[in-house]
Amino acid sequence: MAIVEIRWHARGGQGAVTAAKLLAEMALQQDLYFQAFPEYGPERMGAPIQCFNRLSTEPINIYCSVDNPHLVVVVDPSLLGAVDFAAGLVPDGSVLVNTGEDLGHLQQRFDLAGRKVYAVNASGISLETVGRAMPNTPILGALVKILGLIPLEKAAAYLHDYFNEHFNADLAAKNVQAFERAYGEVRSA
Amino acid sequence: MSKTMAIVGTDAIAEAMRQIDPEVVAAYPITPQTAIVEKFSEYVADGLVNTQMVKVESEHSAMSACVGAAAAGGRVMTATSSQGLALMWEILYVASGLRLPIVLVNVNRTLSAPINIHCDHSDSMGARDASWIQIYSENAQEAYHNVLQAVRIAEHPEVRLPVMVNLDGFIISHAVDRIDILDDAPVREFIGEYSPAYPLLDVANPVSVGMFDGLYGYFFEAKRAQEASMEKAMYVIQQVGEEFGQRFGRPYGLWEEYGLEDARACVVALNSACGTIRTVIEAMRQEGKKIGLLKLRVFRPWPGQELVRVLQHFPVVAVFDRALAFKGGHGGPLYTEVAASLYEAEKRPLLANYVYGLGGRDLSVSMVRQALEEIWQAAEAGRVASRVNYLGLRE
Amino acid sequence: MKWDIDDVQKWPWHKHPPGLVNPDTGNSVQFNTGSWRSRRPALDLDKCSQCLVCYIYCPETSIQVQDRKVTGIDYDHCKGCGICAEECPRQAIALEDEAVQAG
Repeated sequence: MAIVEIRWHARGGQGAVTAAKLLAEMALQQDLYFQAFPEYGPERMGAPIQCFNRLSTEPINIYCSVDNPHLVVVVDPSLLGAVDFAAGLVPDGSVLVNTGEDLGHLQQRFDLAGRKVYAVNASGISLETVGRAMPNTPILGALVKILGLIPLEKAAAYLHDYFNEHFNADLAAKNVQAFERAYGEVRSA
Repeated sequence: MSKTMAIVGTDAIAEAMRQIDPEVVAAYPITPQTAIVEKFSEYVADGLVNTQMVKVESEHSAMSACVGAAAAGGRVMTATSSQGLALMWEILYVASGLRLPIVLVNVNRTLSAPINIHCDHSDSMGARDASWIQIYSENAQEAYHNVLQAVRIAEHPEVRLPVMVNLDGFIISHAVDRIDILDDAPVREFIGEYSPAYPLLDVANPVSVGMFDGLYGYFFEAKRAQEASMEKAMYVIQQVGEEFGQRFGRPYGLWEEYGLEDARACVVALNSACGTIRTVIEAMRQEGKKIGLLKLRVFRPWPGQELVRVLQHFPVVAVFDRALAFKGGHGGPLYTEVAASLYEAEKRPLLANYVYGLGGRDLSVSMVRQALEEIWQAAEAGRVASRVNYLGLRE
Repeated sequence: MKWDIDDVQKWPWHKHPPGLVNPDTGNSVQFNTGSWRSRRPALDLDKCSQCLVCYIYCPETSIQVQDRKVTGIDYDHCKGCGICAEECPRQAIALEDEAVQAG
């Protein structure tokens, strides 16, 4: 498998760095090779941030930012008009957006005609499940679905253990619910 | 034999420190090193190690405490970055001059000003003449292995010099990577017991350490002895690296080669850039552009003669520097060393220097590609277009 | 550890212990600082009240004491600084010209 390179666009505090790290840990469960790293800088809640993943069946030896991602994840829909989220996207690359917006409309609005675009209303799902806008877990669910590298039940089990260990059983159950819902609800065009 | 983990580089270093279980760690926080001693102090608090953790008010004090603890006979470690290493400066020389086998993990970060917390090698390069052994690591896996080996190298009776293990700040220290952490028991067996030569705490055999030497004393002799030990370290580093390979399946030497057997140009570089460079070389070799990589692991002692034997066969040698030496346009510190050594060569390759990544500027695949295409053209043309080049600089 | 350093000044660089550690502590007694002296303290025991002030003040521990009594001066190590003469409350120590004393 060639390296899959992922670039995340989010705002500080939305949990994108944690989501990228969780993806790396889930990849380890599948015996894949991986990287997860943020674009380093001062932590500023709300400021646009980027983080990155690389996934492969072979060892990864590149140590630089992802300039030509195969997949761009936009965790906060307000970033769509604020940052050049599709910069350097490879020709057959795709975009995953946290939005309830119609896909056709989205493609038109951001000049994404001919691009594979995925959408999931991660903020909505997290409000309904976790009870607050933490889009990172549901967007990770959609991403895991799109990547097709990690079986749902393995990913969900890992997520459950993570939240159970770091928080509590209630939050673990709710996050798994958010994750699974997004996994099922992600749309594409 | 090992467990595979998804952890950041600083956690991998903290794991090495936990396994080494040094008697004393004295450290002061500085980004991007902080996470190492933060994690390690958790191990201390949880009773996973027997280490006396000395919290100090500066890096100057951190290294001073290390010197005292090492002179007392302890196995001693610390970690720092950038301004922290700079603040340790005068005590670095005391540590090496007193021949104390302190192991320091330096998470490479540039030096201000302008204020910048990101990676380059200005910090360790500035300390290159402090008689500290300097080992560089491409990634967290190597950094973890290098820290384990550093203890053996530093404490070797023929060496007795402090060792600095370097890894790239943020790029490696703060990235989650797939790391194999070895089992504790074989690691502890590899590291072994430390028997200091003249511990101050051996009250039955009192010694004097750090006496005034004076104009008619033996300072010159002491420095010459340090130089000789640095020379010995060259062999000890290889022995320890070989033994590490026998025990754990991954041997280490003075450097690692990629594609040198049929290359017409050779790139010399340190730390994480080597991974990106190797990846680009791999692609270019598919196109018949035979370039090789010599990933230097040991910068001090400087393996000059050994390098000349290998490098003199290439028409072109290109050196990547993540620091400047401010000589006035004559290239970076690594380039300078390579060039000086090649004076002795029977056949001198054409030389090029690429200065990159200062203050953390990303060394992208496309930047490396651009440099490597130039290097390939130089090999084809038998002529280097520009000696000192700044990669990724806005011009 | 006792250590023969009679010819230390001739030692080649590789003979010294690493870091110039001295494993033979207390060997400064072998260093004859008395040769630095230009003025020699002369002790008049008839005037001495055995207050031991000179012993306390001497920076080179060169006032010889036995059974709590001053018995003499260690001229191998006395540098002739004169503190003993200065501090003596009975003027029992006088400084003399070393060259005259040495003849």
